Amino acid sequence: MIWAGYLTVGMIFVYCWNLVSETTIWMFVWDAHNQAVDLGERMVPPKWDYMSKLWWPIWDTLNIATLGTVLALIMAVPVAFFAARNTTPSTVILRPIALFIIVASRSINSLIWALMLVTILGPGVFAGIIAIGLRSIGFCAKLLYEAIEEIDEQQVEAIRATGASGPQILVYGVVPQILPAFAGISVFRWDINIRESTVLGLVGAGGIGLQLNASITNLAWTQVSLILLVIIATVVLSEWVSAKVRHAII
Amino acid sequence: MLRLQNLKKQYKTGDLALKGVDLEVPDGQIMALIGPSGAGKSTLIRCINRLVEPTGGKVFLNELELSNLGAGALRRARRRMGMIFQEYALVERLSVMENVLSGRLGYVGFWRSYLRKYPQSDVDEAFRLLGRVGLDHMVDKRADELSGGQRQRVGICRALAQDPELLLVDEPTASLDPKTSRQIMRLICELCKERKLSAIINIHDVMLAQMFAERIVGLKLGEIVYDGPPDGLTSDVLTEIYGEEDWEATIRKVDEDENGESEGEADGHLAPILDRDRMAGAT
Amino acid sequence: MTGIAYTPGRRWKKPPLITSPLLRWSLGLGIAVYLALALGTTEIDWGRVAEGIPRGLRFITGFFPPDFVTRWDEIFQGISESLWMTVISTVVGIALSIPIGLGAARNLAPRPVYYFCRAVLAVSRSFQEIIIAIFCVKLFGFGPFAGFVTLSFATIGFYGKLLAEDIEDMDPVQAEAVRATGAGWFQWLNYAVQPQVLPRMIGLGLYRLDINFRESAVVGIVGAGGIGATLNTAFDRYEFESAAAILLIIIAIVMAVEYTSSFVRKWVQ
Ligand SMILES: Nc1ncnc2c1ncn2[C@@H]1O[C@H](COP(=O)(O)OP(=O)(O)O)[C@@H](O)[C@H]1O
Ligand SMILES: [Mg+2]
Repeated sequence: MIWAGYLTVGMIFVYCWNLVSETTIWMFVWDAHNQAVDLGERMVPPKWDYMSKLWWPIWDTLNIATLGTVLALIMAVPVAFFAARNTTPSTVILRPIALFIIVASRSINSLIWALMLVTILGPGVFAGIIAIGLRSIGFCAKLLYEAIEEIDEQQVEAIRATGASGPQILVYGVVPQILPAFAGISVFRWDINIRESTVLGLVGAGGIGLQLNASITNLAWTQVSLILLVIIATVVLSEWVSAKVRHAII
Repeated sequence: MLRLQNLKKQYKTGDLALKGVDLEVPDGQIMALIGPSGAGKSTLIRCINRLVEPTGGKVFLNELELSNLGAGALRRARRRMGMIFQEYALVERLSVMENVLSGRLGYVGFWRSYLRKYPQSDVDEAFRLLGRVGLDHMVDKRADELSGGQRQRVGICRALAQDPELLLVDEPTASLDPKTSRQIMRLICELCKERKLSAIINIHDVMLAQMFAERIVGLKLGEIVYDGPPDGLTSDVLTEIYGEEDWEATIRKVDEDENGESEGEADGHLAPILDRDRMAGAT
Repeated sequence: MTGIAYTPGRRWKKPPLITSPLLRWSLGLGIAVYLALALGTTEIDWGRVAEGIPRGLRFITGFFPPDFVTRWDEIFQGISESLWMTVISTVVGIALSIPIGLGAARNLAPRPVYYFCRAVLAVSRSFQEIIIAIFCVKLFGFGPFAGFVTLSFATIGFYGKLLAEDIEDMDPVQAEAVRATGAGWFQWLNYAVQPQVLPRMIGLGLYRLDINFRESAVVGIVGAGGIGATLNTAFDRYEFESAAAILLIIIAIVMAVEYTSSFVRKWVQ
């Protein structure tokens, strides 16, 4: 049984490999190590004084991630309540719609969202914020609705038994139970969004990716290496912040 | 007065949990509902406040028919019925005070409750109730920091904060140790007497039921098989409700317990609470 | 009234979440200032946005109905390229991440190997796939081979880290029991380590397959093969009906992969 599994995977693999190798120019591949050495040489040392031109893009990147996350959370909350089996107002219409929103938002990478939004709204930070927001709705709503489905129904029932209205039941019975999950999800997604917003500029949606794109096009490799260092630093910093915040919440 | 008429419940799974129950609970009566697990005790009290929708029959609370009320009227009716749960069912991440005040949700509007701006009279009542059960020193503790007995007292306060005329109590002692169980049962019964509430108390512990209730109803497979005073629970009746078993020991033990009760309890936890309440009542 | 009893008129306010008022206020103020600055410095060209609304509407109407036919050849080519890339990069990525994951497990590997493997994982996880893709295209030329290398590298970062953590968390008693029988290192891996981590690893592998497919749709934007290039062209030419078709296909495949993998995961466990 297990061997049959391995065999199937192996056969699919070999088939796919043949298809890829047909479209590959192997000469380039064999030459790749020379290219890599060459590129490496051209990238050091990083051009440190370019840093002064990067502060503003860094600020933009941070804003794209943060505002995008806030936007996503605002939209994800109702979607999650519509998607959770135990809080949805209608299983037949609203729940499938909410689930579709979640799948659609999650299937499409933020870069593709950005690509679309840049064509529609024009290039800039605004498109980036919306792209991050749209991409994150699905992620946040999915985790949130799973948390809602896992709540202790007894506590909700107890509130219902007091004669509370629908909104009161939500606020007293459901919300306190999912608040920790909500906080965790927000921070977690914010951390991911910092990473994602560093590259949105490649398609024109603002942030440090714009400088990266421009430097690559101009073959300004010393600027590229500086930007990569800045990206690593930002990512490490945001990971540290989110770990701290998550620790403080729990 | 509460009246059930031919109350039926069939779950979607096909289980026939109640097979046409007729029952009348006069004002101020404390009734214990006993029966083996799966008899339909929880289903019965949940059908009264319609946490579970009955599939047949009628429920009247003071001539108001509950079984066909619309959503708004049902909420107003639920305010009149306090419910106490086996697992306490406190909202664990809210404070003791918030849990007690949540008993007032049926009376205050959304924003008031959301912003925790309850009328001072509600807050007064909540403090009074918490004082009565001996928890007024931990109003801002989170509910999940309390012990089982303390949680159940908060649950009692929440139910009473509703200013109900009927208490629906579902296995209040099933998660508590024997001593705390008695204290909680005594507290519930005393509060019912003070406030002239009627109560339906689901309980699987026959001894406790006999000790505290004025009337006992035995339920078996969704049907009432006994309805009478506590001392009518003979070994035959218990066999009828629970099946074959040696019941003599249970019955005798209850008698002994009742004799030894008054001395044993003097140093119990509840004594100072009762004193305190007497003082409050005396002023 | 004896003080022990309740006092009418005693006030109650919900205690604030953050008890120190100084911290509470400065936190609130900080957030307000940040939001004001962030929103203030975000340049939004409302004229351009207004201009974009009809275009956005056209894009939405592009979904009713989407146009699968006109660009079918390119779409088919792109999707199948994405699919191969996904499969081989998942397999190769996982195969490579097993030695690296073993090397990055503190309880298995000697120190120098441990630090080296951890460094590889850190680099792989710090950069977005798209940045790696840019470099791969520079090194290997345009086409799916660059995408394949990118996704494999990203898979190593994801899978190797989780594998290392799983091995570090595994039950030492069970592992010791096998070692006590005098088994060699490879036997030990095979009998003690593998059964403990394998079921979860199969689940994660399927999860990574899903991620790799989604990522394969973007690496094409920088020329590393797959459906991304087709999508990019569709947007550039304002062919919203074709773009809608591509998006729907991506969504459908992601759903199918997700559904299959949840099914397989249940079956494995
Ligand atoms: N939510 C439910 N869905 C289906 N059947 C249920 C449900 N709750 C209870 N039942 C069934 O109804 C019967 C009575 O249950 P219950 O009222 O909980 O009994 P008790 O409280 O006396 O132990 C049992 O046979 C039980 O299996
Ligand atoms: Mg029960």
